[in-house]
Amino acid sequence: MPKRKDIKKVLVIGAGPIIIGQAAEFDYSGSQACKALREEGVEVVLVNSNPATIQTDREMADKVYIEPLKPEFLRRIIEKEKPQGLIGTMAGQTGLNLTVQLAERGILREFGVEVLGTGMKAITAAEDRGKFADVIKGIGEPVLDSVAATSVEVALEFAKAHKYPFILRPAYTLGGTGGGIARNEEELVSLMRYGLRMSPIGQVLIEESVLGWAEFEYEVVRDGADNCITVCNMENFDPMGIHTGDSIVVAPSQTLSDDEHQMLRSASLKIIRALDIRGGCNVQFALDQKSGRYVVVEVNPRLSRSSALASKATGYPIARVAAKIALGYTLDEIENAVTKGTPASFEPALDYVVVKIPRWPFDKMPESNRVLGTQMKSTGEVMAIGRSFEEALMKAVRSLEVKGKGFRMEWKDRDALAKVLHDATDQRLFAVYDALRKGMAPDEIAGISGINPWFIWKMKNILKMEGKLREGKPLDDAALLRSAKKLGFSDRQIGEFVGKPEADVRRVRKKLGIIPVYKMVDTCAAEFEARTPYFYSTYEAENEALPEKARKVIVLGSGPIRIGQGIEFDYCCCHASFALREEGMRSIMINNNPETISTDFDASDRLYFEPLTLEDVLNVVENENPDGVIVQFGGQTSINLAKGLHDAGVKILGTQLEGIDLAEDRERFRELLHELGIPQPRNGTARTPEEALAAAEEVGYPVVVRPSYVIAGRGMQIVYSKEELLRYIHEAVDVSEERPVLLDRYIENARECEIDGVSDSQRLFIAGIMEHIERAGVHSGDASCATPPITLSEKTQETIVDYSNRISKALKNIGAINIQFAVQNGTVYILEANPRGSRTMPFMSKATGIPLVKMATKVLLGKTLDGLGLHETPKLRHFSVKSVVFPFIKLPGTDTVLGPEMKSTGESMGIDHDFGRAYYKALLGAGIEVFTGGRAALTLAAADKAEAGRLARSLQELGFEISATKGTAQAISDTGMAVLTLRKLSEGEPNIVQLISSGEIDLVVNTPTKGKNSATDGYRIRRAALEAGIPLMTTMEAAFGIAEAIRARKRNELSIGTVDSFYIPKAGQ
Amino acid sequence: MTGYQETLTDPSYGGQIVIQTYPLIGNYGIGKQVFESSRIQASGYVVREACEMPSHKDSVETLDAYLGRSGVPGIAGIDTRSIVRRIRSRGVMPACIAVYSGKEPDIAQLVSKAKALDYSKINFVEKASVAKVERYGKGEKKIVLLDCGVKMSIIREMNARGVSVIAMPYDSTPEAILAQKPAGLLISNGPGDPAVMGGVARNVRSLFGKLPIFGICLGHQLLAHAAGGKTFKLKFGHRGANHPVKELASGKVTITSQNHGYAVDEKSLPGEFEVTHINLNDGTVEGMRHKELPIFSVQYHPEANPGPLDSLPLFDRFVSMLK
Repeated sequence: MPKRKDIKKVLVIGAGPIIIGQAAEFDYSGSQACKALREEGVEVVLVNSNPATIQTDREMADKVYIEPLKPEFLRRIIEKEKPQGLIGTMAGQTGLNLTVQLAERGILREFGVEVLGTGMKAITAAEDRGKFADVIKGIGEPVLDSVAATSVEVALEFAKAHKYPFILRPAYTLGGTGGGIARNEEELVSLMRYGLRMSPIGQVLIEESVLGWAEFEYEVVRDGADNCITVCNMENFDPMGIHTGDSIVVAPSQTLSDDEHQMLRSASLKIIRALDIRGGCNVQFALDQKSGRYVVVEVNPRLSRSSALASKATGYPIARVAAKIALGYTLDEIENAVTKGTPASFEPALDYVVVKIPRWPFDKMPESNRVLGTQMKSTGEVMAIGRSFEEALMKAVRSLEVKGKGFRMEWKDRDALAKVLHDATDQRLFAVYDALRKGMAPDEIAGISGINPWFIWKMKNILKMEGKLREGKPLDDAALLRSAKKLGFSDRQIGEFVGKPEADVRRVRKKLGIIPVYKMVDTCAAEFEARTPYFYSTYEAENEALPEKARKVIVLGSGPIRIGQGIEFDYCCCHASFALREEGMRSIMINNNPETISTDFDASDRLYFEPLTLEDVLNVVENENPDGVIVQFGGQTSINLAKGLHDAGVKILGTQLEGIDLAEDRERFRELLHELGIPQPRNGTARTPEEALAAAEEVGYPVVVRPSYVIAGRGMQIVYSKEELLRYIHEAVDVSEERPVLLDRYIENARECEIDGVSDSQRLFIAGIMEHIERAGVHSGDASCATPPITLSEKTQETIVDYSNRISKALKNIGAINIQFAVQNGTVYILEANPRGSRTMPFMSKATGIPLVKMATKVLLGKTLDGLGLHETPKLRHFSVKSVVFPFIKLPGTDTVLGPEMKSTGESMGIDHDFGRAYYKALLGAGIEVFTGGRAALTLAAADKAEAGRLARSLQELGFEISATKGTAQAISDTGMAVLTLRKLSEGEPNIVQLISSGEIDLVVNTPTKGKNSATDGYRIRRAALEAGIPLMTTMEAAFGIAEAIRARKRNELSIGTVDSFYIPKAGQ
Repeated sequence: MTGYQETLTDPSYGGQIVIQTYPLIGNYGIGKQVFESSRIQASGYVVREACEMPSHKDSVETLDAYLGRSGVPGIAGIDTRSIVRRIRSRGVMPACIAVYSGKEPDIAQLVSKAKALDYSKINFVEKASVAKVERYGKGEKKIVLLDCGVKMSIIREMNARGVSVIAMPYDSTPEAILAQKPAGLLISNGPGDPAVMGGVARNVRSLFGKLPIFGICLGHQLLAHAAGGKTFKLKFGHRGANHPVKELASGKVTITSQNHGYAVDEKSLPGEFEVTHINLNDGTVEGMRHKELPIFSVQYHPEANPGPLDSLPLFDRFVSMLK
């Protein structure tokens, strides 16, 4: 079937901000889809509220709308653009839910928009748990007995006829939000109540459990002519009971016989046909490896995290193929983009092993429960490729960049081990290793954990090799060294076991000629010649990545998505690569994140899928011999490698190590600022508790304290007193000579702002100043911000520009730079300078229309700002606001209060003609449903009570009924305003928490008491608001900001426009 | 990536050294019921890694133990991908696996020994075929299987459809075949070059119009020769369970299991035959049929084992032709 001629314009829905369960994989699949559609001459209209994706680049679509992903906005865009078709299967659950809403509200019918690819019927059949079970049973495939319950009563009825435990999954939620395992009636009732609230249609699927069975996944593609293929099959290291996003996954399956594999493969094809999927689909199975019995667990009728992984694991671009299918092509008409000579209608053959390990946020949120279950908790993942399982596993573990001890972790006894082996946490993999070390038999470990013994025996091979290395043989035992490298051991590990520094191991190894070769991921196990140079390292005979004779530059990626280092940095790396190509250089990417665009087969001229450690990077450098390496865009990951690369004589493009060090070393930076006469919050460094107390006295409370080394996972905190400081030091950190504690004066009631810019050897170009909405002290990654600034005076802005210029010059910055400031009573303090790509660069690029990272990259290659046409900071006529999204709902036990430790996972952007409306759109884009009236509940900290009346009045003017807890109510009524007093938890019922939970409150402002030991009342109020899904403001600035947003929203209709329409000044202005 | 036991016991691999592209072989051990014939047929086996600790409910021994017990040499721990790439660019070639301890053997001598082998001169089919008539299954309806080295799965598929199978030596005469009063003839897969089996082709030719005929793999190639067509040697053959085949009439694409080093020359086929299937990777013939008579064949393996089960309906089609 050739391409449909009637489809000329297609609306592609994006996935919105990065959240747990919906991360960079949809930037990847969505962007790939846009490219695939445009290749066919189709006009693409893209809508997404996320600025930090390649997908919302002006080059990705013909029309890019950065607008909230809400049906009313989509309706206006559809009305304006009149597309013939819509693709909603590239944007995770968000895309599916929006598609369903647009269909149900009759919007698609009204404007004659067809859902392309997988249609509405298929989506509802796969998503509605009840219908799904009917379809699967209808084709004779086994499913677990289940019921789609819309009330607790139905659930209890089901429980009577079946045996506990049960798995609960709310319908239409992503990443398993609100789901869980009920082991008894009490847990069932509580999970049901929660799940009914979380499901947008108030339905929860209750299912018999197959805890402990093995879990397998098949990625299947089907076209409109009913041709089906399976792209990849994957095996979960962790048995059933853990969300697949939180499982360690191996591709291809390792423990299935051909019979079993074909049985599951055939079932997958049967299912994709029965559901009438046209595009990609993911089928999950549980298999009892003792009896051979299997059941179908779940089907995702769309691109997914697993499909992104499968694409990277096989080289087969599923999203691209799905987009072509949506246009009417059949699989045999689509080219295999990797071989370029064979069609897409084949099944990839792998001649390597792929291991994926999730990256969890527990280092940032130590209070969260680490036990893994049906609700996903990881923020990102790493993937590694090897020619043996051991090699792939070892590479994956070192790609994680977790600061813990990894395989060196030890548990105190068998009981402690058995507990973590049974109730999996993020550390179970290491517990398996420790159990082996402590002599536990593989079969026993398998028995407790449910992990297939095959994996445990492989880990035992690693342990055996560790033992051999520890025997004290000479380092130049070539056979031993080669065996260790083949099993994936790093030079650093080997060095540790033989008692030699890493550099010695490297030197000896190279002398013995034990160097890695690079093999190609070619979709066909070398059967055909492939043209896409996608490589991984291994220790074998033949090197396929022979260096090309060309000018080339290596870009170091940013590794897994984690809190503090998100997709923004992947965005920067991709742009660096694009700019290199624009300048006629060959771009070489090194990264290990399977979700992102940087590891797409055509984002760079060459891709090395490798861990980002000094050893692995140097190996690639030695293989390629590039003209330079770019370290400034991969966040802390790549910056941390700068020193090692510099010491090894590798040419770093742009700002040199000296400049990086000057900005990063606090004492040197302090001296620099002193010389430049630029104010900085007073600060000090302490190596003992006594020194800390003295330093705090000197800088003055409140102080921001942070450890340079984390043990209990606790990061930065603002402390207000000597007692709090002592508690912090004793509980959370280990202060010593090597691990000092850093103290900064906390600038109270200050505005925080930052600049993003690019400098060449002559000057700095500032793209703009961003002003934070929350007060200084909230991590810049968690703060909402606006550009142009909203309250800063001309003079303050001039000072910021002046300081920025001087600092950039002093650091001898070349390329990207980000500088952060606090402004208190007209005085500008510098907080930090980062001579590299920043988290805000994608946002700033989209606010100004200037591709900052590309510009910075071109400067690295020798272009000048003048040559690039970058002169004055652009004067914008519109406002752009960045808002953020938090993972609290996915991480039970966490508090929502913001502080100096970053907690957000993603961001949204709102653009409009004034700040209020832009902020309103940013909030909507972040998924916060802002009501323009209703009942507001206020409960404020003592320090904020002075402003209580003003806040209450402005909310009342907007049509809110004001209620407050006692103290706050008193403060409000003191200003002569009527207010309804709410009960606190201790004051009987109904209290504020109950009212929030029962949906009687529409907006909550809760500013926590100073310090971390805030009352549990506040915590429960915040959790209740979070779980009820209503706007919750925890700072006064945000509360006033939202009031202004609502006011602007009421005064003027929100604008809708492509990003381009905002850049172009209106005629006559 | 799965199916090594089926591969090792597949008679079509007779006389060949098999090299697996997937690096980890033997993960689920050796099962009791996964054989395609009574013994290992391959002459040698080359893998990146042979699993020492397999894990599967049906496993009775390791790959290494099985090869050892069968006296078939296997070699592990080498860069298999580099060899596959060499075969891709230079084609299949004679090779030898040498075992030594201490002093390295004379490589040049081994190479010349390997090169001296003329693959086309060896009658592999004779070794792979049954020596005398054997009957499988109790079904009333019966077919004759011209056994050129059949995979047991083909017999199992026929038996599962209530058809008994009379396996006869590959060089059985038409008279002997007809004497069994079969409802149809199935020509099996097998090793070797079809062009050197002129006698078998002539025997098949004389059964045209007398019996419904279904050819699989080598059987398909023999059918082409019987029709007066020709076959040619592919550079490195089609191996594996992921080959896309298109049925020309419907446009349907099926993923198939394949194992053949020769292919039918489309241009050589007489007018009464038509090509029904092609391989989408290289456009070669994957299936054909007689325009009037109930005669058809496929180059791939509808019986799978290893591989996808998507083409099993071809057996139903053959059964429906049986009188």
